[in-house]
Amino acid sequence: MSAAAEATVLITHDVGLHARPSVKFTKLAKTFAADVEIALAANGPWFDAKSIVKVMAAKAPKGTVLHIRASGNGADDAVRALIDLVQRDFDEDAGHVRSA
Amino acid sequence: MSNVGIVIVSHSPLVAEGTADMVRQMVGDEVPLAWCGGNGHGGLGTNVEAIMGAIDKAWSEAGVAILVDLGGAETNSEMAVEMIGEPRAQKIIVCNAPIVEGAVMAATESSGGASLKEVVATAHELSPS
Repeated sequence: MSAAAEATVLITHDVGLHARPSVKFTKLAKTFAADVEIALAANGPWFDAKSIVKVMAAKAPKGTVLHIRASGNGADDAVRALIDLVQRDFDEDAGHVRSA
Repeated sequence: MSNVGIVIVSHSPLVAEGTADMVRQMVGDEVPLAWCGGNGHGGLGTNVEAIMGAIDKAWSEAGVAILVDLGGAETNSEMAVEMIGEPRAQKIIVCNAPIVEGAVMAATESSGGASLKEVVATAHELSPS
């Protein structure tokens, strides 16, 4: 079974998709079988969301509208879970943000 | 634990421990991790025995990736791998990558269950080619 899903989410976390959030994002992406990609604009370029090096290099700051797309098994679940993570500010409180 | 282990070898115990701390806090506990650093007398340096001990501590059947800082850390790590010998030696790779970034990136890759080859490739992506 294959499927495709795509959605956008606003990054509200103070430091954006930087070191610590990138690790969480990538780790979550890796738990899905689907291919998952992110982009900072609708027309790309698209980066492999399971590559920690590429996600960190994207340097998406606070206020970025992050585009997430997935294809293959569990694509919907993958996009939904990653959107949730971004909306939860990567489960970090303000204390962690300053030291990140 | 079947995730690839990460070993951090620095001339400075503070750098090694701090790097390990970053891996633990940023990536988590699901990656076997060990560090060593210092000459054993409070000074800067690395030694083969301590590196072998760290490899034992972080050992995983999936293999071990070693992140090093400067010169002697690399040669002593290679010597440690040689002394450990086969069959384990073929599952241990000394990475050519910046120690802090490499350790965090390699551990992130490992935490997802990647192979030793993939973990090392991720660390190597950070090196200027």
